[in-house]
Amino acid sequence: MTVVEVAGVGLHPFGRFDTTLTELGVTAVRAALDDAGIHGRDGFQAAFCGTAYGGVAAGHKVLAALGLTGGPIVDVEAGCASGAAALMLAASAIRAGQYDTVLVFGIEKMPKGIIRSSFFEPWRERAGLAATPAYFALRAQRLMRDSGVTREDLAAVVVKNRRHGVANPDAMFRREVRPEEVLASRVVCDPLHLWMLCSPNEGAAAVVLRRGPATRGAVRVEAAVLRSHLPGNVLGEATPLCGLVSDDVPAPSTLAADDAYEAAGLGPEDLDVVECQDTDAARELLAYEELRLCPPGRSAAMLRAGETALGGRLPVNPSGGLLSKGEPLGASALGQVVELVRQLQGQAGDRQVDRARVGLAHTVGRGANASVTILRR
Amino acid sequence: MPERPIEEGLFVDDRAGRTRLIGGSCPACGRVHFPRAAHCPWCGARGVVERLLSPEGTLWGWTEVTAAPPGYEGPVPYHLGVVELPDGIRVVTRLVADAADELRFGAPMRAVTDAVAEDPDGTVVLSWAFTPTGGRP
Repeated sequence: MTVVEVAGVGLHPFGRFDTTLTELGVTAVRAALDDAGIHGRDGFQAAFCGTAYGGVAAGHKVLAALGLTGGPIVDVEAGCASGAAALMLAASAIRAGQYDTVLVFGIEKMPKGIIRSSFFEPWRERAGLAATPAYFALRAQRLMRDSGVTREDLAAVVVKNRRHGVANPDAMFRREVRPEEVLASRVVCDPLHLWMLCSPNEGAAAVVLRRGPATRGAVRVEAAVLRSHLPGNVLGEATPLCGLVSDDVPAPSTLAADDAYEAAGLGPEDLDVVECQDTDAARELLAYEELRLCPPGRSAAMLRAGETALGGRLPVNPSGGLLSKGEPLGASALGQVVELVRQLQGQAGDRQVDRARVGLAHTVGRGANASVTILRR
Repeated sequence: MPERPIEEGLFVDDRAGRTRLIGGSCPACGRVHFPRAAHCPWCGARGVVERLLSPEGTLWGWTEVTAAPPGYEGPVPYHLGVVELPDGIRVVTRLVADAADELRFGAPMRAVTDAVAEDPDGTVVLSWAFTPTGGRP
């Protein structure tokens, strides 16, 4: 099969800024193209831009500001998985022989507060049934019941990721927190406290993909998968108003992970580092189970044993995760990919995972869309 | 004050005066859904027929919303949860509870209406909700 390798990566830090959406994208794209040694519009044949709130032709505006238009530029929206969806399209186009080099980037400036989404009908908002954190909370409550997760475990996820984030200069929050501080923060929707929820914010990330034969030591894209939900789970990210009385509807994250493991010829036991969707603290633990990083019901045990902390068997979210970085929807998935590339290249500084060779990035959100990307060096 | 449902086709009062959710039943797979849709959300078949759902179920999950979400003007805080119905589905719903300790896994619940907003002319806007019957789980 055609080798797809990462030729370069770039990032605009995640946070809140006075710069425009276009400027955020320019910073990340410029850095990725420089990293790839690309100068000028002949250096890539197509661009895919992940964004959910960017508006019409948002990606086009970024490349226009750099004088790099002329090729096809496609904006891609798939909720929290938008950037990963863009990456999937780019990798697929390269594998199909359509292009040799493709620019992938994600950009976002999120509205402040609880995110209003065109996803819900107006009457559903007016009835109070569009309270996004409430669905996170209901999912957390079921995880606590089904997997023995405690409130202290939820706080421990935040403590772990915030500790990791201290070493990430691109993160929004870079201060360690104590469990009692997390549990003392305001209850948003029981059992979730404010500090257990990631902050919507702003940022950009960019990745240049190139067709092999592989450069020695290059990071390769072994799998880039996007899946949507199967109907039936009342608490799935599709946030339906009803579900079936059945607990065996496979999660979209599991569908994507299984496809990705098969495409890569790898299993969860082969992973060295994971970046996963920690929209809220319970969502990270659920990801351990859905991605098969642990057996069903064992996510809390995996966390408590320190396996997913830096220095553990399988560090999860060494970047600090969304809990430290914040979540700019269109950029967050590619932010994970940039982190994994740096980890696999041994350039992650004080948050470096020892001897990291295989990494997995995961997002899941509105739609519901779930993505799993596996990289190997 | 006059009252109206927040949206037509979601719930009605039956002849016994009970609040009933208006669901759909699929002629192909036989499964039920809510709100009633043109196509079965589980299998995609057409020809869905209306079915009034059971007015009683059991509590499957709950939380308390402490800040008004976008587009919501009703009272805060309020409870939101999931009730499992004998029709074979779990329904997302507002919950009306006098005390949080009434909300327990498996608690018997019945459908009611709940005022969530007011139109400019003073008409009270109603959503469906479920409330504990007071029985034991």
